[in-house]
Amino acid sequence: MADKYEVVGTSVHRVDGRGLVTGRPVFADDFPKPVDLLHIALLTSPHAHARIKAIDTTRAESMPGVALILDHRNTPEKRYTTAGQGYPEPSPYDARMFDTKVRWVGDRVAAVAADSLLEAQRAVEAIEVEYEVLEPVLTIDQAIAEGAPVIHDEDDALDVWDAPRNLAAHVVAVAGDVEQGFAESDAVVVVTTETQYGQHAPLEPHIAATHLDENGRLVILTSTQVPFHVRRIIGMLLDVPIHRIRVIKPRIGGGFGVKQEVLIEDLPAWVTLQTGRPAQMLYNREQEFVSSRTRHPMRVRVKLGAKADGRLHALQMDVLSNTGAYGAHSLTVLSNAGSKTLPLYNKAPHVRFSGDVVYTNLPVAGAYRGYGATQGYFALETAVDRLAADLGIDPLEWRMRNHIREGETSPIFAALGEGREGVEQTITSCALDECIRQGAERIGWTERRGKRERHGSWVHGVGMSTHMQGSGIPLIDMGAASIKMNDDGSFNLAVGATDLGTGSDTILGQIAAEVLAVPLDKIVVISSDTDLTPFDVGAYASSTTYVSGTAVARAAEDVRAQILEVAGDMLDVEPGSLTLEDERVTAADGTSATLAEVGIRTLYGTEQRQIAAIHSFTPELSPPPFLAAFCEVAVDEDTGRVVVLRFVAAVDCGTPINPKLVEGQVEGAVANGIGYALFEEMVFDARGRPKTTDYARYKIPGPEDLPRIETILVDSFEPTGPMGAKSVAEIGINAPIPAIANAIHDATGIWLTETPFTAERVWHALRSR
Amino acid sequence: MRVGLTVNGKSEPLEIEPGDTLLEALRANGHTSVKNGCANGDCGACAVLLDGRAVASCLVFAAQAEGSDITTIDGLAGKDSAYHPLQQTMLDAGGVQCGFCIPAMILTAADLLARNPEPTRDEIGSYLSGNLCRCTGYVKQIDAIEMAAAIMREGGADG
Repeated sequence: MADKYEVVGTSVHRVDGRGLVTGRPVFADDFPKPVDLLHIALLTSPHAHARIKAIDTTRAESMPGVALILDHRNTPEKRYTTAGQGYPEPSPYDARMFDTKVRWVGDRVAAVAADSLLEAQRAVEAIEVEYEVLEPVLTIDQAIAEGAPVIHDEDDALDVWDAPRNLAAHVVAVAGDVEQGFAESDAVVVVTTETQYGQHAPLEPHIAATHLDENGRLVILTSTQVPFHVRRIIGMLLDVPIHRIRVIKPRIGGGFGVKQEVLIEDLPAWVTLQTGRPAQMLYNREQEFVSSRTRHPMRVRVKLGAKADGRLHALQMDVLSNTGAYGAHSLTVLSNAGSKTLPLYNKAPHVRFSGDVVYTNLPVAGAYRGYGATQGYFALETAVDRLAADLGIDPLEWRMRNHIREGETSPIFAALGEGREGVEQTITSCALDECIRQGAERIGWTERRGKRERHGSWVHGVGMSTHMQGSGIPLIDMGAASIKMNDDGSFNLAVGATDLGTGSDTILGQIAAEVLAVPLDKIVVISSDTDLTPFDVGAYASSTTYVSGTAVARAAEDVRAQILEVAGDMLDVEPGSLTLEDERVTAADGTSATLAEVGIRTLYGTEQRQIAAIHSFTPELSPPPFLAAFCEVAVDEDTGRVVVLRFVAAVDCGTPINPKLVEGQVEGAVANGIGYALFEEMVFDARGRPKTTDYARYKIPGPEDLPRIETILVDSFEPTGPMGAKSVAEIGINAPIPAIANAIHDATGIWLTETPFTAERVWHALRSR
Repeated sequence: MRVGLTVNGKSEPLEIEPGDTLLEALRANGHTSVKNGCANGDCGACAVLLDGRAVASCLVFAAQAEGSDITTIDGLAGKDSAYHPLQQTMLDAGGVQCGFCIPAMILTAADLLARNPEPTRDEIGSYLSGNLCRCTGYVKQIDAIEMAAAIMREGGADG
């Protein structure tokens, strides 16, 4: 499909590549610091659950360099959510800047702003706090037990589902009658899986810097995925009108969802508003592990019922999700555990999804690439393998027979949305069959499956899984783009969309360049500055290519029409008869005008006008990308160690706008997923204190921990997407857990139901075979 | 206090606090291409070449670097070319996503290629095991280093 395009479908260099490979100052902490900058240090709770009886800051206040100390007594009291979502946020308003109760080890107690970080840290140590220590709630089971301590006993929280029972959110979605469906089934399997606390661990920790501009407006430079949500939430929380705030996102050092959170911007913003001085808050690595956001650990029970011929007849998923101390993204991550998984097997007329989200006194969960689907797919895709085994059908064949196809729908699309009812949709492109075929061929499925090849104590196995995700949130997400033409035939493209390293500035530029028939270097992309660009919800929910990309395509088409109109005047022909190619507008008789000539005429010639357009897009659909994953593992039966030898990801993301960037998204997501499947785990002691507070103890994959991940981009075209594109950012992270679990079963016969698949856990499972 | 060292071929006395790491001293003196990802020696984002060898600058006291020759990414490309081959191939191969780990990764790779002009993929992976990247899965970064090695063997640059 891509060969009909000139710029789209090519792996042009990133538009921000030069600055990144030459190490130019592009990240928030790289810019020169104002001399009067205030540095902020945080005092966080040493207790998982406690009331603050008293805070004494008198000694700290008198220490050198200290400008301001913040705690619950001198900061806004209103409840809000840190979740950077559309308004009104579907997350409970259960947090305060500083509260009189602390709910996890790492929760805020106080903050000091001082002339230097060292002075701020010293003053933090001089703050005296008297706590009334409460019994902590450290597991899902403790949270839902009768008589459990109530974590959110405040009376001013909003939209908490059932605070006295420690329930942040609750969802039920039903189609048909699953009980009847299971009764009518010939084979039924039930699988319950548990996933662990995991951290995004971007290389650049959170950072936000604030100052007042020459007109007294608050400027926030922040490493965020959601600049417009930062502006709105900070404005609401600190009572500053939106027009008095400007949020700028520079390059950011990775996000993966943890920066879809208004986590720290309020601190420097409040300090700047109170003192008039610039301020900066920068998490160190330990704070990034302790006081940031995580993936919701989940217990997921999946029940599948099928007819003897293999056709899925009933499908049920029940979820208990742990949101930790606050309910950021609690409802929506829960919903996505079902809404991004269950429609994949749409042949079942009987479907039921239900779930509860519990509070615990552990770190706050939030948005994390995959957004619940990662947890849901562990249970669903291992249950599918067990069902296929019970039915005596190759799991590949079972998936071929049961997965959703182009032109089909699922009742779940309408029943289950982002914390509310969803949106009906029919699949407009699906190349999953081809993904499965090409992936199977690449891994050698028929030759290698079930062979249990042995090398000493090591035994090999292959496994697979299939997946879908979405492309943005239908009828909620919105992206906008503006394009104006310059006198050399170049264009400025301004988008609210947020490039967090994904390359979205580049692919949005490619879409504009394609429509306007110019090379990418004639598109000057500016993004993520709330003063200079139109609105965009930000980078989450795999939305940018599809949602913001469509806005860019519309704006570019409008500009293109204006160019043809001007050129028609210049060449004295009907605009409809003109062609725009290679930066030149050509008439049927061969006369032509370059884009630069059009630009000069519009800016300096007769009938001067600015050729420009602004358009936005809110999707009515969320066309899912699809992925078939295949992996080969080796399991050491003596030690339980698991090594992933090969990992093949065959993807249908529609047109790959920039194939290398697409492959990079898949490879990075799979790598993160392999880490989460095999070893990444946040560990806590018996009092809820984190033990994994650095990269040595919270290991993320290095090059030696990973195979050479193989990505196959399967030919596909999404008719509703910009140039046929769908999303691709998240889907890959869902695959490693089930594909590896299924491969371990192929090798050893054990079914793993808890992540991560550490040597210890696998060894115990092998012993109890 | 003040330490004398050479940064990217220029003699540069750095104004430091006693106890400053080389990472802190370099960043405080404008060398912000040296990234602080953990300050703990785990992530490798702060790697610089110290007398030609890649080291985690967060694990070296600035005072220890007295008299040494430091290369950051700014000093890697020859004076006549915009890019070192590793910078060029990192872009060509698509090895850059957020870019936070990239300067250190390129410097570490330059150190490797200076010692082993024709490394295998496994050797590259092993040499980069102290350079964490959360975005890429390393496939394209290792591709880029293989490509740069080939260019440099053909004498394409003075890397």
